[in-house]
Amino acid sequence: MTFNEIKEKLSNKTVGIAGCGGLGSNTAVALARVGIGKLIIADFDVIIESNLNRQYFFFDQIGKKKSFALKENIIRVNPNCIVEAHDILLNKDNIPNIFKNCDIVIEAFDLAEMKQMIIETMLQHYSNIPLIVGSGLAGWGKFEEIAIEKNGNIYICGDRINEVSEQNPPLAPRVGIISNMQANIVLEIFLS
Amino acid sequence: MKITLNNNIETFELDSFNISELLKIKNFTFRMLVIKVNEKVVKREEYDSVFVKNGDNVSVIHLISGG
Repeated sequence: MTFNEIKEKLSNKTVGIAGCGGLGSNTAVALARVGIGKLIIADFDVIIESNLNRQYFFFDQIGKKKSFALKENIIRVNPNCIVEAHDILLNKDNIPNIFKNCDIVIEAFDLAEMKQMIIETMLQHYSNIPLIVGSGLAGWGKFEEIAIEKNGNIYICGDRINEVSEQNPPLAPRVGIISNMQANIVLEIFLS
Repeated sequence: MKITLNNNIETFELDSFNISELLKIKNFTFRMLVIKVNEKVVKREEYDSVFVKNGDNVSVIHLISGG
């Protein structure tokens, strides 16, 4: 398939991204680069300096809302990508409405509690929509521990071991690997 | 009984057990879990009342923080 054929196939697809931090910002930009038609992104948070060790934002965006700043960055990469940005704390009540028209949803939260919440919510409302989750990305190295596990329509990317802590922070390389694995699965689903 | 657990067939001596017992037997100690039995989500408050029996398809997905 040529890149023009790939772009054509992706141009009418919509991907939801739940969270605009390390996983969400990098996955969104990767998908915009390859020509996804529409991204629905959501986050309640504001960019702080410590986010810049892994998140697709710039120093001069500190203090901005992540959802709106990410929309700006996506459009700078690919102005043809339609971006619907929600400045909102996602929960089990608003997720079904925000992501109802998505072909695929990316889980890109930080907290395990939130990851659990979106999996249960999507299984309850949209078990037919593939959900691509990131779990286990802290630290550096340890390539061999990173894998994809498929469970029905749920894909788990990561090492499923390395939880974020003070001594095991999330860093650009490994977060970038996992987020691009999530974007890669999106392509695998849409192009196969 | 035989069940499918996370895509693998596993054999247990007991004929049935609840989700809490399954987690204990398998030593699944992660704090945040999503559990499905035959594609139906089992919530935490149902761990004692939902039983696994021969032929069931059980998924235990554990989640850890970072993103």
